[in-house]
Amino acid sequence: MAKRKLKRVDLIFSKDCSCRDILAAGLQKPREEIIQTLIASGLKGRGGAGFPTGLKWKMAANEKSNKKYVICNADEGEPGTFKDREILDREPLKVLGGMALCAYVTGAREGFVYLRHEYRFLIPKLEKVLDTFHKWMEELNLDFNVKLFIGAGAYVCGEETSLIESMEGKRGEPRNKPPYPTNEGYLGKPTVVNNVETFVYTMMILRIGAEEFKAMGIEGSSGSKLFSVSGDTPKAGIYELELGMTLDEFVKEFGDGDAKAVQVGGASGFCVPRKRFAETHIGYQGGLTGFSLPTGGSMMIFNSSRSMYNVLHNYLEFFEEESCGQCTPCRVGCQQLLKGIEAVKRGEKSQKYLNDLLRLADTMKITAKCGLGQSVGNSFSSIVENFREEMIY
Amino acid sequence: MSEKMINIKIDGKEVSVPDGITLLEAAKIENVKIPTLCFHEDLCIAGNCRVCVVEVEGWRSLPASCATPVMDGMVVYTNSPKVRRARRDILALLVSEHSTQCTTCYRSTNCELQELASEYNIDNEIYINLLKNKSFTVDRSSWAIEKDESKCIRCQRCVRTCAELQKVNALDVIFKGADMKIATFFDTVMSDVVCTNCGQCINRCPTGALTERRYIDEIWEAIGDPNKHVVVQTAPAVRVALGEMLGYEPGVRVTGKMATALKRLGFDSVLDTDFSADLTIIEEGHELLDRLKRKLVDKEDIPLPMMTSCSPGWIKFIEHMYPDYLGNLSTCKSPQQMFGALAKTYYADKKGIDPKNIVSVSVMPCSAKKYEANRLEMNDSGLQDIDYVCTTRELGHMIRQSGMNFKELPNGKFDPFMGESTGAAVIFGATGGVMEAALRTAYEIVTGREVPFDGLNITPVRGMEGIRDAKIKLENVLPEWSFLEGIELRVAVAHGLTNATKIMEDVSIGESPYHFIEIMACPGGCIGGGGQPIPTNEEIRKKRAQAIYTEDEKMKIRKSHENPEVIQLYKEFLGTPLGEVSHHLLHTKYTRRERV
Repeated sequence: MAKRKLKRVDLIFSKDCSCRDILAAGLQKPREEIIQTLIASGLKGRGGAGFPTGLKWKMAANEKSNKKYVICNADEGEPGTFKDREILDREPLKVLGGMALCAYVTGAREGFVYLRHEYRFLIPKLEKVLDTFHKWMEELNLDFNVKLFIGAGAYVCGEETSLIESMEGKRGEPRNKPPYPTNEGYLGKPTVVNNVETFVYTMMILRIGAEEFKAMGIEGSSGSKLFSVSGDTPKAGIYELELGMTLDEFVKEFGDGDAKAVQVGGASGFCVPRKRFAETHIGYQGGLTGFSLPTGGSMMIFNSSRSMYNVLHNYLEFFEEESCGQCTPCRVGCQQLLKGIEAVKRGEKSQKYLNDLLRLADTMKITAKCGLGQSVGNSFSSIVENFREEMIY
Repeated sequence: MSEKMINIKIDGKEVSVPDGITLLEAAKIENVKIPTLCFHEDLCIAGNCRVCVVEVEGWRSLPASCATPVMDGMVVYTNSPKVRRARRDILALLVSEHSTQCTTCYRSTNCELQELASEYNIDNEIYINLLKNKSFTVDRSSWAIEKDESKCIRCQRCVRTCAELQKVNALDVIFKGADMKIATFFDTVMSDVVCTNCGQCINRCPTGALTERRYIDEIWEAIGDPNKHVVVQTAPAVRVALGEMLGYEPGVRVTGKMATALKRLGFDSVLDTDFSADLTIIEEGHELLDRLKRKLVDKEDIPLPMMTSCSPGWIKFIEHMYPDYLGNLSTCKSPQQMFGALAKTYYADKKGIDPKNIVSVSVMPCSAKKYEANRLEMNDSGLQDIDYVCTTRELGHMIRQSGMNFKELPNGKFDPFMGESTGAAVIFGATGGVMEAALRTAYEIVTGREVPFDGLNITPVRGMEGIRDAKIKLENVLPEWSFLEGIELRVAVAHGLTNATKIMEDVSIGESPYHFIEIMACPGGCIGGGGQPIPTNEEIRKKRAQAIYTEDEKMKIRKSHENPEVIQLYKEFLGTPLGEVSHHLLHTKYTRRERV
């Protein structure tokens, strides 16, 4: 496969477009055409899970129901991710525009922005923008109203069914799936939950067309995405990059010259050691040879001064607290992984115990009820397997 | 459920199953047992323990079979190496946060976690013991229910029971992650929260985290004390369920063996709550007629519909939730408490025993009875009327401890004086039974004739429907009841407090068409009580109820007012129903309670 150059993109924050015009044009198009455009573009959910957006909208559009909802997931809680905050701060109308498109396509008349508790400072600004937005809705003759909903601070509420539970006034705990939110979501009605960034891209795709979007990236991972770059980097910040780059390219651009590992996708993502930088691409599964890692945008660079034991310990402390506690593999598994590496480090358990823990992590990946519990094992396995010595000595 | 059938493959076998069911249900149809913990037939699906995971071809993860619907063409493995390994890991995780002091656990050998851990040969040393550095409390504040956090596996069956079946919500989930646990409102002690003590949570707890507060040692001590005269009464629902503790299938009546066992345990007198159940019917039947008279003839502002008061879980519920309707409750004490008041007065007198030396024990299918016995007002004999309440389960344990071979025991009889009973009293144990017994008596008082139902079986009030109702037209009444001529008596029956709530919502907006309502706190009535053998499900409850009705049919006397000992009691001691002695000993009052 030909090596791609790391390419910066300027779509999300570009100023040379009128949000209202894109929306007005979009609302003139047949619903089916918008769905087909999104499907053709290959856009996948930018929150990290990567579900095809066009398909999700189509599923909700096909449901027969007197009420449907559009929810923007702005519960950006993954450690190392801070792009949604920036989008909401700088381009809130693009987000709302994407929601309006979704409402138009699916037939929803109510929408919510589920805002992370820690982002309350955005409320005054968003409320002002909502006024403008609702005026547009009147002018464009679309019956769609968006409200803010403020989360209460639980990480798991970024998981869409927990988010919905929390909106219904219940404990933020994942539901059993199926049914999926597109069939039975908020208040039991068909609901589209998309990430902040995803909504913006739907607008951008209508603007530039599916072809141009798909020309970026690689097969299975088309387009670009925002990355939150942090850790041992002289250039921490938010960058919109084409998908499909290798970590080698990424680290050359953003590293401090001493990168030992990159954590792709935050605490729930994968840790890639330097020796695999060249063969690891950033993108969704499929269509790539070698390793391809999806990410919600979090890219943490660690240099040689960092203890990977400490990094993992920090992640596990996070999960031990942020697990909703509902299902066994996640609630107890997280505690065992944390206590386990501590015991090995202290010499209370033999090195071999790490193998037991790796097996446990594998079980968690396939038996936990939701994405949170299933992804704890990602960082655990990738760190322990690649930095085993650091876990012991 | 749709009638459509779909084809799936379970463990290599092609099967056709109804669309819409879960993988767990499909496996059950095929006689494949998938282990479960958070699943309970009476409750909604939680899907949180993950013990029931299975492998589905083409799926990355192992879905929980209880929460996954069957889909056409699915290829399912319930016992593949991947599944077994995952289950073992999950069970080991549960064991790592569970106090495995099984030797001292009340639920040992009746514990779902213990059973699975043993079946899967779980080594409790695999993972680090998470209990070590955590502090756990055993909440013994309640008279009825003990809560031991160290044994909780967080399956939330209790939470769902309290919310779905009882609408009480005494238990809920608090905190998250490693700190997540089942607790009361603000983690207050059990005695201080809105809890009806119904014990349905105990019946559905898979482990020993929720148990009844036990008095086995105290009872043994009393029996062993030569200066004490220990009387025991057994509630109607105990005799159709006790067998389950002692090797019988559900639905076997063990009345005679139980009477023998109680004597051999050393109780000085083995008496029957059925006796006071008959008494309750006389008092309550007259109270209903009295209310109707005062309403219809005297035009007094008498609260109607009248509601039964035998279920202490229901009493505590209405005291908390609908205190404005306490006037609708019959003032009759429950049969247990009527018995208690008489044991230390009438019985003591007749036997020539100083009431101070009487220890009154009752065996109940109920945990709320423990609370009821300790109510401050339940001391009309001058002493605490009932000293110890033990559950069907506790009695089962005592019989096991005694070393008796229960199945080989000869059938015995209850002792005279407060040991005689009728079929009407026996059916108190099933939902609708009090109503049926009351109608058998009240109808006959008013008309002089037996109720117009085949074989005295008032079938409309029987069954397991949440709410049932019936009408009986009163015609050709006796002269003294002429004001009731032509009136259609309307009655309703509800069991489970969620159903009680439905009834009460109608009552509270003045739209209840009934004269008399029976409410039992527990699903199925007392046969499904919080002190009954575990497990429970609708099938088991139906079998116990069937046994109750069989017992009724086999009784010589089937109407409360024909119980000779009760007749004798009125002659010798009480005088007339609702008379002064009755009023003092057999009736009570209720307390308004806070909702939070």
